[in-house]
Amino acid sequence: MSEEHQHPTVDVYLRVAAALVILTVLEVGVFYVPAFHAVLVPVLLVLSAAKFALVVMFYMHLKADNTFFTFLFGAPLVLAVGVMVALLLLFFGALTLRGAAGAG
Amino acid sequence: MSEARGLKSWLTTTDHKRIGLLYFWTAFIFFLIGGVEALLIRAQLAQPNGHVVSAETYNQLFTMHGTTMVFLALMPLSASFFNYIVPLQIGARDVAFPRLNAFSYWVFLSGGLLLNASWVTGPLFHAGMLNVAPDGGWFGYANLTERQFSPGPNIDFWLLGLQVLGISSLAAGFNFIVTILNLRAPGMKMMRLPVFTWMTLVTQFLVITAFPVITVGLVFLMFDRFFGTHFYVHEAGATPLLWQHLFWLFGHPEVYILILPAMGIVSDVLPTFSRKPLFGYPVVVYSGILIGFMGWGVWSHHMFSVGLGPIADSVFAATTMLIAVPTGVKIFNWIATLWGGAIRGTTALHFAVGFIAMFVIGGLSGVTHASPPADLQQTDTYYVVAHIHYVLFGGTIFGLFAGIYYWWPKMTGRLLSERLGKWHFWLQFVGMNLAFFPMHFIGLLGMPRRIYTYGPDLGVSTLNLVSTVGAFLIAVSILVLVYNFVRTRRRGQRAPNDPWGGATLEWSIPSPPPVYNFSVIPTVANRLPRWRTEHHGPMTDPPALPPAPIHVPGGSWWPVVAALGLPVMALAPLTHTLWVAFLGAAVLLFGIYRWAFEPFEV
Amino acid sequence: MTHAGATTHHTSLGLDNRKMAFWAFIGSECLLFTSLISTYLVYKGRSVVGPYPHEILNIPFTSVSTFDLLMSSLMMVLALAAVQRGDMKWGKIWLFSTALLGLVFLGGQVIEFTEFVHQGLTIGTNLFGCTFFVLTGTHGAHVAVGVLWLLTLWVRALQGKLGPANAMTVEITGLYWHFVDVVWIIIFTVVYLIQ
Repeated sequence: MSEEHQHPTVDVYLRVAAALVILTVLEVGVFYVPAFHAVLVPVLLVLSAAKFALVVMFYMHLKADNTFFTFLFGAPLVLAVGVMVALLLLFFGALTLRGAAGAG
Repeated sequence: MSEARGLKSWLTTTDHKRIGLLYFWTAFIFFLIGGVEALLIRAQLAQPNGHVVSAETYNQLFTMHGTTMVFLALMPLSASFFNYIVPLQIGARDVAFPRLNAFSYWVFLSGGLLLNASWVTGPLFHAGMLNVAPDGGWFGYANLTERQFSPGPNIDFWLLGLQVLGISSLAAGFNFIVTILNLRAPGMKMMRLPVFTWMTLVTQFLVITAFPVITVGLVFLMFDRFFGTHFYVHEAGATPLLWQHLFWLFGHPEVYILILPAMGIVSDVLPTFSRKPLFGYPVVVYSGILIGFMGWGVWSHHMFSVGLGPIADSVFAATTMLIAVPTGVKIFNWIATLWGGAIRGTTALHFAVGFIAMFVIGGLSGVTHASPPADLQQTDTYYVVAHIHYVLFGGTIFGLFAGIYYWWPKMTGRLLSERLGKWHFWLQFVGMNLAFFPMHFIGLLGMPRRIYTYGPDLGVSTLNLVSTVGAFLIAVSILVLVYNFVRTRRRGQRAPNDPWGGATLEWSIPSPPPVYNFSVIPTVANRLPRWRTEHHGPMTDPPALPPAPIHVPGGSWWPVVAALGLPVMALAPLTHTLWVAFLGAAVLLFGIYRWAFEPFEV
Repeated sequence: MTHAGATTHHTSLGLDNRKMAFWAFIGSECLLFTSLISTYLVYKGRSVVGPYPHEILNIPFTSVSTFDLLMSSLMMVLALAAVQRGDMKWGKIWLFSTALLGLVFLGGQVIEFTEFVHQGLTIGTNLFGCTFFVLTGTHGAHVAVGVLWLLTLWVRALQGKLGPANAMTVEITGLYWHFVDVVWIIIFTVVYLIQ
């Protein structure tokens, strides 16, 4: 195997775990605290994206690994997000007949 | 040749060349079956108020024709070339995961048999023969496919068969991506790859991203039909449109999966018989990659008539028109390749040039579909059937047949008869245009798709008759091809390493290649290793014998054993017995475990 | 697992064949789960009859499940580190612990699903039932496969057939396990927290 990568230390893994726990606590907190309900969706999306990134970059080692793996995962991921957004727009947005009729 | 012979050697083979041949013959037989289904359709439509088949049988015929041609003929024929040729073109001894490769083939075979079993297993379901084949169209629109409107096992055969086939394609997708990226010979940089291998790579990325979507759509359909869910049931708040989105999110990339390999073949064949490098190689490669990406952005052009709204319609119209651009770019590059070349009119070249002409026609009708208002008249009529067949028959099939004539000597050690080949080509070319060109008019004159007969007052009777004659002419041309196969099997001219003066690595080794492919893995210095150009001389072909014994992995039983688990699992819903699913899963798991722990040196 | 052949071969990109195949597989799975999640989102709020999400989803219980899965990812990565440095004693402990936490998660799913059925939400009750059970069920099936995979590795380790030389197998198992965890992160947010 010709791949050189520094293994993150156990220390890094534990700190990532702590961050994941804190982020989850924050997520549940945002859910329960009524004051945050106005910004619930964007905040939750950001928090869960952060958890996603931590697991992928450190536990799945993507940050330290060859960039090609990032492409192999990233391209379908971007595609998937694009498809999801498109479907949401097609079903909910002004793109529907109902939406367009309502607009004019 | 000291290769193993006999049934066991074929059942346990992990050699990409053997697997390629298995794919080829299996796919070709399914192609013939799909062709017979087409002939029955055309016989029924030859005259108005035809009674060759009943309406129910007709529905099964067009469904099975489409499903068979797309999944059991065109894709596996392409796969036969992926398997046989790609490792040779990149200078490898085999694919990255030979047992996974074998698994893909056996799963394909079992999926194809499962689907076609529906033709004859009617009596097992208390129905007559020819009664339970899938009959909901190759795209199985909900809610026709819900249990309420399709109570029999027809749609179950369809969705289970497709799920099994999907696994075959996915496994092959992962295999070829790793193979092409990681197993290239020294010096075989990405931009030195033959275009066929490049297009194969793009195709596999489309496969691994598109198939999961249809898998989910089919799972929803299966759950609706078996477990009482309502994914596509309007009364529950759902919508049949979800099926259409999921299907076409897969279905549009699927048509690029169908055409890109053929484009790759044409891109290899044209230079060889023009004695000229491909014009604009980088542009052709980038166009192929672009087509792959953009293919994801156009799916709702199959849904212009469902009421998506003016904004959605416009967006998809625009993206669809845009995707014609990289395709057009390729056409110009191919023409420029031929221009000024020293043309040798082999059969392979005839099919490659035929591809360009027919695909342009299909592309033009496709562009007319891109306009929603125009499409509203065209959709669901024979105009679309014309488009489909110009691009898939005139395109993919012509391209694949170019590949057959081009690579047959490499794969079998014999040359196909050029004389018979020309007969095949011209009969097929005339037959094809007779069969499908009238369909443009038939459609615009108002004949819808998927109707088992039509009235004489529609004014399409003569055109339909012409179309039927064309279809039978195609059949004759295929008989010529089959005769060519049979005749040259023993009496064909033996092929040297390089019967055509090809530029790429597969021509540097014997026809057919020894089991280890290359006696010495070549080091590649440029894009046209076997040619002398103004920049470089030709490579030295590998020596006839390897300097030292080459280890070649042996066979393995586990791919075929594991593959068997899948159709057994599929039997569970068909027979409404749960334990069969567990049995199938057990077989699959057993096969996988034995496979994982088997000593197997690549 | 005897895949030594694949790792000792030179490859064009210098990357392990199996690792590359697995990342491609994970990319493919992104599309699978996105289709399921998109369907959930598109059908959100469209159930014609109840029970509805806010009536039935148990956030405290699911939060514990989420912690459980996150911690299992930590154990997975500790298992990999142990195997890579040749410490098979801790390698076995962490591998087993990961599987154990996976089983706990699955147990939690079983409890949750049973409770839902008692409260009148089955897979066929309404759109929420359809989309919820198929999405989380598919995820759960993935977890179950992962547990089986981990226990297999653990048994191989017990047999002395797992070590630093084939640490790549553990790494790839880890990729699968973390991906399943990451999908749950999304499901927890999208299904449970955003109602």
